[in-house]
Amino acid sequence: MKTVYLDHAATTSVRDEVLEAMLPYFKDSFGNASSVHSFGREAKKALDTARETVAEILNADFNEIIFTSGGTESNNLAIKGAAHQYKQRGTHLITSAIEHPAVLNPMKELEKEGFTVTYLPVNEQGIVSVEAFQNAVRDDTILVSIMHANNEIGTIQPIAAIGKIARERGILMHTDAVQSVGYLNIDVDDLNVDLLTLSAHKIYGPKGVGALYVRKGVQLVPQIRGGAQERRKRAGTENTAGIVGLAKALELAHREQAAVVPKIEKLRDRLLEGILQIPHTRLNGSRTERLPNNINVCFEFIEGESLLLNLDLKGIAGSSGSACTSGSLEPSHVLLALGLPHEIAHGSLRLTLGRDNTDAEIDYVLECLPPIVERLRQMSPLYNG
Amino acid sequence: MYSDKVMDHFQNPRNVGEIPDADGIGVEGNARCGDIMKIWIKVEDNRIVDVKFKTFGCAAAVATSSMITELVIGKTIEEAEKITNTAVAEALDGLPPVKMHCSNLAADALKKAIEDYKAKH
Ligand SMILES: Cc1ncc(COP(=O)(O)O)c(C=O)c1O
Ligand code: FES
Repeated sequence: MKTVYLDHAATTSVRDEVLEAMLPYFKDSFGNASSVHSFGREAKKALDTARETVAEILNADFNEIIFTSGGTESNNLAIKGAAHQYKQRGTHLITSAIEHPAVLNPMKELEKEGFTVTYLPVNEQGIVSVEAFQNAVRDDTILVSIMHANNEIGTIQPIAAIGKIARERGILMHTDAVQSVGYLNIDVDDLNVDLLTLSAHKIYGPKGVGALYVRKGVQLVPQIRGGAQERRKRAGTENTAGIVGLAKALELAHREQAAVVPKIEKLRDRLLEGILQIPHTRLNGSRTERLPNNINVCFEFIEGESLLLNLDLKGIAGSSGSACTSGSLEPSHVLLALGLPHEIAHGSLRLTLGRDNTDAEIDYVLECLPPIVERLRQMSPLYNG
Repeated sequence: MYSDKVMDHFQNPRNVGEIPDADGIGVEGNARCGDIMKIWIKVEDNRIVDVKFKTFGCAAAVATSSMITELVIGKTIEEAEKITNTAVAEALDGLPPVKMHCSNLAADALKKAIEDYKAKH
């Protein structure tokens, strides 16, 4: 069966060039980077080169990059590490209502420890207001964490403006840039951030590896205890192959961004326009302040899991914020933060494009989707069409 | 994650639609995820002779709705009242644990339709 992968915000395949760069570090150059001998030195050299690459792309210094096991760990280290480090200065933290669970859950844990957290709302466009941030700042605020671009609705947050205020007020600024890498500018000086999270598997790199940018002078309490790796900020023998893969994936994403993004955006726009032709369909989140590969729509009167399974039967892979798909049986917190009622959030569909999607695939989706929506509506007690 | 039977009933749901001159109508909302099922029954001589449904819900909700219509057709009111959500789930070769609550939707909507029928007759 024909398959069309439109779930690149969930994960991507490892690119050939990335896999090729990684392979030597599984078998031939297998050394432990902490070892003194030639095997160890070889691994150390690979780590150094990878760190150099990542630092350069972020406009950071070599020593400001920490490799981790992925976006989740980077977020935990940034948030809990900074909160624990600076709690003498204050115990107030600021984040947004639409963060990934890898930010929200560490925040909730810190609340249990006695920290106070402000969850900034978003407007109906899915954007955090700089003014609301400014009003939330207190004398005891020590850290703000706002994602660069949202993983569900793709909305782009005003990181540079928030970061500027944070810096003036002496507040550390973290951003989760897992979804924006390869699509937006991630220069840490332009963004005015002190901490920035990356993950390899959203940019055609391997799963289970990520990085955290930590601005010089910022201290973090390590969240994983053990050896002295990663300048004592993250213990554990480095995942050499994974880190090499992350650096290669980031290098390619960065180098090809200018050429690939317009191509993806054009396909996305055509798909979105076609989908919005279906009656009772709305786009979730801003049309303009949005990642160029993201579509998130609600089809009224239908439920997301049924929609996803029907698409899957046609070989089309997407995702949904529906309660029925969530495991917790709660609709997506992001869609609810937009002010959508439960039954509308129920019919959400996220399609996220990647570099290999084609015009023919978009045609195929536009051919399959409307009849599925119509069929499910005919079955819905809420629909009188 | 779903059995072949669930997928079959999900893809080809039986008895979708409405009965304009139904003898009983039941609507049930799922308290846990917010899904809704509506069921129409036609009764002759204390026997359910026709049944139709519409469901706004996940694949498990659609499949259990479809399956319960098959189980109920031809049954007397007393027999139909005894159909439980676990019986529906079993008839579908089981549901994933997180989806067991979905089968309540169909069983409860049917009960309401029968109550509605009884109240009117
Ligand atoms: C915005 C965002 N942050 C964090 C993560 C977690 O990253 P990882 O899967 O590398 O742990 C993801 C993806 O799952 C994400 O989309
Ligand atoms: S009906 Fe919502 S999870 Fe099954």
